[in-house]
Order: sequence, then structure tokens, then C-alpha cells
Amino acid sequence: MKAAAEQKKKEDRYEIRLSGSGGQGLILAGVMLAEAIGVGDGKNVVQTQSYGPEARGGASRSDVVIAEGEIYYPKTMKLDILLALTQEACDKYYPDLKENGILVVDSTMVTQVPTKKYYGLPFVRLAREEIGHVMVANVIALGAIAELTGIVTHDSLKEVVLGRAPRGTEEKNQKALELGFSAARKLKKEVKSRG
Amino acid sequence: MSNLRKGKVRLLQGNEACFQGAIYAGIDFYAGYPITPSTEIAEGLARELPRIGKKFIQMEDEIGSIAAVIGASNAGAKAMTATSGPGYSLMVENIGYAYMTETPCVIVNVQRAGPSTGLPTKISQSDMMQARWGTHGDYTAIAVAPSSVRECFEETVRAFNLSERFRTPVTVLTDEVLGHMRELMTMPKPGELEVMERPKPDIPADWYRHFEMTPSMVSPMAALGEGYRYNVTGMTHDREGFPTAVPSEINEKLNKLKKKIERFADEIYKVRTEMMDDAKIAVISFGTVARATHQAIKMARERRVRVGAIQPLTIWPFPDPIISDALKNVKKIIVAELNMGQMVNEVKRIAPRNAEVFFLGRYDGEVMTPQQILDKIREVK
Amino acid sequence: MEKEAVVKEKEVQRSNVVHHYLRPKKKFPNVWCAGCGNGIVMGALIRAIDKLKLDKNDVVVVSGIGCSSRIPVYLDFNTLHTTHGRAIAFATGVKVVKPRLKVIVITGDGDAMAIGGNHFIHACRRNIDITVVLVNNKIYGMTGGQFSPTTTAGAFATTAPFGNYEKQFDIVKLASAAGASYVARGTVYHEQQLEKLIEGAIVKRGFSLVEVVSNCHTYYGRLNREGDAVAMISWMKDHAMPIQAAVKLPPEKMVGKFVTGLIHETDATEFCEEYDKLVERLKAKEAQK
Repeated sequence: MKAAAEQKKKEDRYEIRLSGSGGQGLILAGVMLAEAIGVGDGKNVVQTQSYGPEARGGASRSDVVIAEGEIYYPKTMKLDILLALTQEACDKYYPDLKENGILVVDSTMVTQVPTKKYYGLPFVRLAREEIGHVMVANVIALGAIAELTGIVTHDSLKEVVLGRAPRGTEEKNQKALELGFSAARKLKKEVKSRG
Repeated sequence: MSNLRKGKVRLLQGNEACFQGAIYAGIDFYAGYPITPSTEIAEGLARELPRIGKKFIQMEDEIGSIAAVIGASNAGAKAMTATSGPGYSLMVENIGYAYMTETPCVIVNVQRAGPSTGLPTKISQSDMMQARWGTHGDYTAIAVAPSSVRECFEETVRAFNLSERFRTPVTVLTDEVLGHMRELMTMPKPGELEVMERPKPDIPADWYRHFEMTPSMVSPMAALGEGYRYNVTGMTHDREGFPTAVPSEINEKLNKLKKKIERFADEIYKVRTEMMDDAKIAVISFGTVARATHQAIKMARERRVRVGAIQPLTIWPFPDPIISDALKNVKKIIVAELNMGQMVNEVKRIAPRNAEVFFLGRYDGEVMTPQQILDKIREVK
Repeated sequence: MEKEAVVKEKEVQRSNVVHHYLRPKKKFPNVWCAGCGNGIVMGALIRAIDKLKLDKNDVVVVSGIGCSSRIPVYLDFNTLHTTHGRAIAFATGVKVVKPRLKVIVITGDGDAMAIGGNHFIHACRRNIDITVVLVNNKIYGMTGGQFSPTTTAGAFATTAPFGNYEKQFDIVKLASAAGASYVARGTVYHEQQLEKLIEGAIVKRGFSLVEVVSNCHTYYGRLNREGDAVAMISWMKDHAMPIQAAVKLPPEKMVGKFVTGLIHETDATEFCEEYDKLVERLKAKEAQK
């Protein structure tokens, strides 16, 4: 009985990695996601990240571990969700994804996806063309992850994104987030109709 | 109102919790020099201290930083610096001065891998021995080792308390992963954690002796400019603080440095044990590794292995009596640490005679994983 | 006769002043060689403080390691005898925490120019209100006569057995360039001038430096055949040129001479004051909210 409960608790551990290249705002995205899930939705979270030269160019990553109970080991062990905004990040981190984990990629940047089962959206292009600022690709991606996986409530994410947005960029960030939600909603429908 | 706006629970970095803990403990003065992975502590205090009328200074190097901290402490301030291995190495001479002159101060070492520049952004626990033996000469050191963001806060407060109470430097040993990771934390309210002040003299100034012998062996401490006009020197000195070459006075001084801490070691020790009641195997680890250990013993218990965990939060003085008591029915001991073998020797020193001690080290800049520890448990079982 | 009596009385008074500031319990004699300039520096410092009527409790004297750094031990002030080269950094901590205290650093050429050079220039740059009395005897005396950053080119030292082939720091120029507010040079021969220079340095807001040309006849004098204490101090008398006279002399007349007096003085923002202003500014901002 006790072992079964323990087992359930263990499975309750959920791991997300946001990856791409340094300067794409993935560290901040990880912090926002962790804050929305942890402070906003009231689950337990630990956020870690890659530091150093990696954080400025090269593959960069930010990890969030989520659980209802205690999180002992702070790093990720096997990913439930992997976001990859570059080919390099996708190649490097795909092996860390669970067999039935969810892969979300930037469809223009990642041209060789190692699996057929994935979600692709052109985050950077959407940011540039729809919002007019590539820097919000991270927020669009957060919106898409929220919509695709339900791991975080839309309300918490909205509140955190607005709270953390630099003064004067609130509107752009809000638009980016909504765009992430809607683009992912559309994508989900497409996938469903395919299936 | 949402939780986010209430602001009770916050997502905080280990380094942030550390400087928030310093503020909670009543820090008056911070001096530091930028170094990865500790810099967030300096950045946070540069922002917060002037707001509350306390002092921050960025010095020209780590040697100057610890010197300024000791100067400030002698002027009556609760003082702290934070650094990483290379900076701590530069500080050790003056940390020795703080031991000798019995000056309270807190030094945070956010450990990275060495030797030398090593891996500035990678985790390590290879400064454990440095925290004890870093400076030359004889003395007894206190060091604490948190393993979560909340503990970064609490152990920094405790470090200040121990430092002020015993008039001695205290090292807070954290690490790169702990310093940079974010966890949820509820800020302790004022009064929730104990905050201690240094013993002050209550005698006329001309009776005062800066290194007076007392039953606790800790001397009340007047600050510079309070009318006591004492001498402080790093040379071995008598009770008044004047250099001495008299063997009995030298003995007294060195014994004081040792005994004022050892006598009260029971109040300094802090150890967490988990599932040790029926354990035949114990895994001993501290800091970030202790978290991997907790995960690993849960995995092992699911496989019906009788294994428990011991985690010293006070790393120096090494909690001999508590750990040896926890180990008394244990047959196999695994010491897991991110270095080539430091704590393992302390454990070997106190392990029961019929118990085997195994070392599990990692020093490639990565965190030890629960799987690694689990594999070791299976191997020794 | 009468004149002699007046001089004698003055001497006794001056000596009494010094005794008033020495630690009663500290066992004399001191650690210095007979004839050492350190005693003269100590006397000048005491008389300067006495003249300014500073409260003993408000004076903190900080030193590093070396012969001159032993001065504070004998003085009845708040005294910190610290580690080699770091006195200015320790003093910075004291001053920042308690700006109302008069913080005076006593250091030497090895202490402040070699191992402590970095702290020295950065304290100048911050222009923190500390007074540094740097006793320059051009050699490491405590360790037995090794060359220092101010040892004259060609001079002998135990680690320069064939003559010093290194170049020297000009302490006054270094301090001036690094941002000190008050930069002066005195000698242990010109005791009354030294007293005034130290007095001016203590009064001056910002970083003040008084370089004191002193004698180490035990090592420098012996290794370089410069004679005993009297000979070395007489040399100072013959080669010091007050700044007022020096500025009027053509360069060829200054060869072999060194300038004394208040050589550089400016007014600039001071570290502790600037910090206090920041605190006030933040407080006002907070109050507005």
C-alpha cells in the first residue's frame, strides 16, 4: 500500500526543458513558467538552468521540475516536455525526452526532427511577423506549451508574464502569449483531424 | 486575490535566499568582489543594503573584501562576504586573522570545481576541507552546508548567529547548483527564526580586556570607537591583545580558539537523518548531493533495500557523536560527494569498526544523479 | 641661560604630550633599533592629534606588517595591527561602518607599495576619508634588508647583492594620479614640518597621504655605506627641498634633491559621503511612494 502510494508520488514528478540558443530568453521563460506553476498554481517547482558561455550563444536550456509533493533531486532525470527552438538544441536534448514525452519545436528553425510525433510552430517567425519583435518568441512558446499540455493555467501564466515584462512591453508580451495560445489551439485541431 | 499578487510564497534563487537571510540576520556591512557563481549575492545586497541604510562596498579583490569585512566587524557591524573557490583561496590568510582576533564574520562559498579557475559554472563540493583547514596554524572552524533554497536562507541566519555568539568566522558552503536554482519559499516573519547578537562588555572601559577569559571562553566584544581603546593583532597575544611570546599565554590563546567552539559543539551540530531506524546501509552526503541521496533511497526502498540517509547541515565541526550514533547498527556506509574524497575520511574516522565504508565521488562538474547512488547501493548491498 | 630653560621646559612639555598618548601597560622599550625614524613619526603623529584635540576614543589607528606597522601597539587609541599589505582595506571597513571615526593608517614602503599596492591605489581612487602615513625607509627592515619598490636603483639589499636593477615607485606621484585629495612628503629630520603635514592630512576630507622619508641605518645604511642614523638623517636635511622653493628652481638644480611639503591637494567627492547621499536619495524615493 505504502509502496504504491510512493510510486504514485514518484510518477507525479513532471519535467520540462526549454531549450534553444543563448539570448532567446529561455532562462527567463523557465523562471516565468516555474513561477506560474509554483506560485500561481500552487504546485511544487524547482527551476535550474545552464550557465556560463552556453548562456550567451550555443545551446542554452532552462529546466523546470514539477511535483505535488517534495522535489528532492533538483535536476531533470527524464523529460516529459522538451521545447527546442534550434536544431542544435533539439539534437542535443532529444535523447533526454521520455519515450512518450512531448516534443515542441520551432518549425522553421528545426528542419530535421528526430521523430514524427511532435508539435511544430514557427515561434521566431510569428514573433517577428505578428508581434514585430523576435524577443517575444519565448513568450509565444510558453503560451503554446500551456495550451498543448495544460501543465500551467492560462491565468497564472498571463499574470507572471505581465508582471515580469519590462515596462512598456506589457502589451506586446500579452499579445505574444495570446498568439501562443491560439496558434497551439489551431495546431491541436489540425493534429486531431489528421488522426 | 491570486497567490502571485499576495507575494507570500516566492520563487527564489539559492543565492537570493542567502542574501535575504543575511538581511534577516541583521547584516550591517557587505564587502565583496565579483566571482561566478556567487555574484547574485553581491548584486542583491548592492540593491538592498543602501535602501535600509546599511553598507555595501565592492572591493578591489577578495583579499580586500575579507579585510574590509573584518575591519567593519571590529567597528561593531554584522559583516559578510560571498565568493567561490578562487576567491576563498585569496581570503584564507585574512580568515586566519579573523580566527586569531576572534572577529565574527560570515563567508559564503558558492562552490565551483577547481583547482585554480577550474569550472566557474559547474558544481563541486571540493572546498569542504578548505573550509576547515584553509588557513595556516591551529584553530577550530565552523561551517554550515544548506541543501535547499529555504536552507540557504536559514543556514545564513544560523551562520551569523554562530559567528556572533562564538566570535569566530563561519563559512556557509553552498554550491553552483544550489546558488542558481529556484525554489518556492515562504519568507520567515520577523521573530520566526532566532537572531543572536555578539556578547558585549558590561564593565568599566579601563577594566576591559578584549580577549578576557570567561567561563564560556568567549570574550565580550566592544567595538572600535566605543571608548574601550583596545589593541587587535594577528600576532599571538595575551588577554589584552598585546603580542606575547610567553609559552603559557600562547597555550591559553590557542586552547581558547579550540575550546570555545568544541565545548559547545552539541549546540552547533545539525544533522538530518532519514529512514535510518532499520537501515543496514547508510548514505552520507551534504548539500545538493543530499537531495539526490533522498531520491535514491526512496527508489531503493521501493526495491526493499533497507537503506537510510544522513545529511550533516553542520559540516564543521564534523558532527562525530550524532553521526556515529546514527551509524551504530549499520553494516555498509556510502559516502557520496562531489570531489575525490573529503568527507569520506571524516566518516572513516568515526565509523563502527565492523562497518565497511565505500566512497562514491564525482568530479566532472555534473551533479551526482539518484541513479548513480542507487547503483552504488545495489553494488555494496 | 634663561633661553635654555625655556627650551628645556618646552621639550618636557612635548615629551609629556607624548606620554599622555602612550599605552600605560605596554612594556617598553619598543621593537625598533636605536636611531630608527619610527619613534619620530610616532611622536609627530601624537602631537598632530593632540593639537587637533581629537578624543582618543574617536581615533582608530590601523597598520599592516613591518617595522613602522608596530607603531599602533604603543598608542592609546583604538588600534588594529592587521596583515601584510592589507591595512588600508581593513581601515576601509572601519571607516565605512563608522564614518565619524578618524581612521589613520600607518604603513611602510613594502607594506603599501608592494603587497598592498592594489588597496592603496583603490583607496586613493575612492577618495575615502582615511589618512595614510607611509614610512618610507626604502627597504624591508623586519625581514632583514631586502629591496622594496622604493629602493634606489643601484642600491644594495640582501636580495639585490649586485645592486638593485629595478625601477622605483614615486609614491607621491602614484597617489596623486590615483585620485588622493591630499598628498605630502616629509622627513624624520624635519619633525615640525611632519607634524603639520600629518595634522593637515587628518583635517583634510578625503584620502590623504603623508610619505615620510625615514632611515633604516641597520640595513639600508649598512649595505649602502650611508652611515649611521645621524648620517642618514643629516642626508635628509641636505637633500630635501621644500615645494615652495622647488617650483622656482630649474631642473638641473633639483638633481639629487627630493621635494617635501604639501605637494598635491584637490577637492573631490568622498566615498562615505557619496554613499550617505545615495541612502538619503533612496529614502526620499521610498517616502514618495
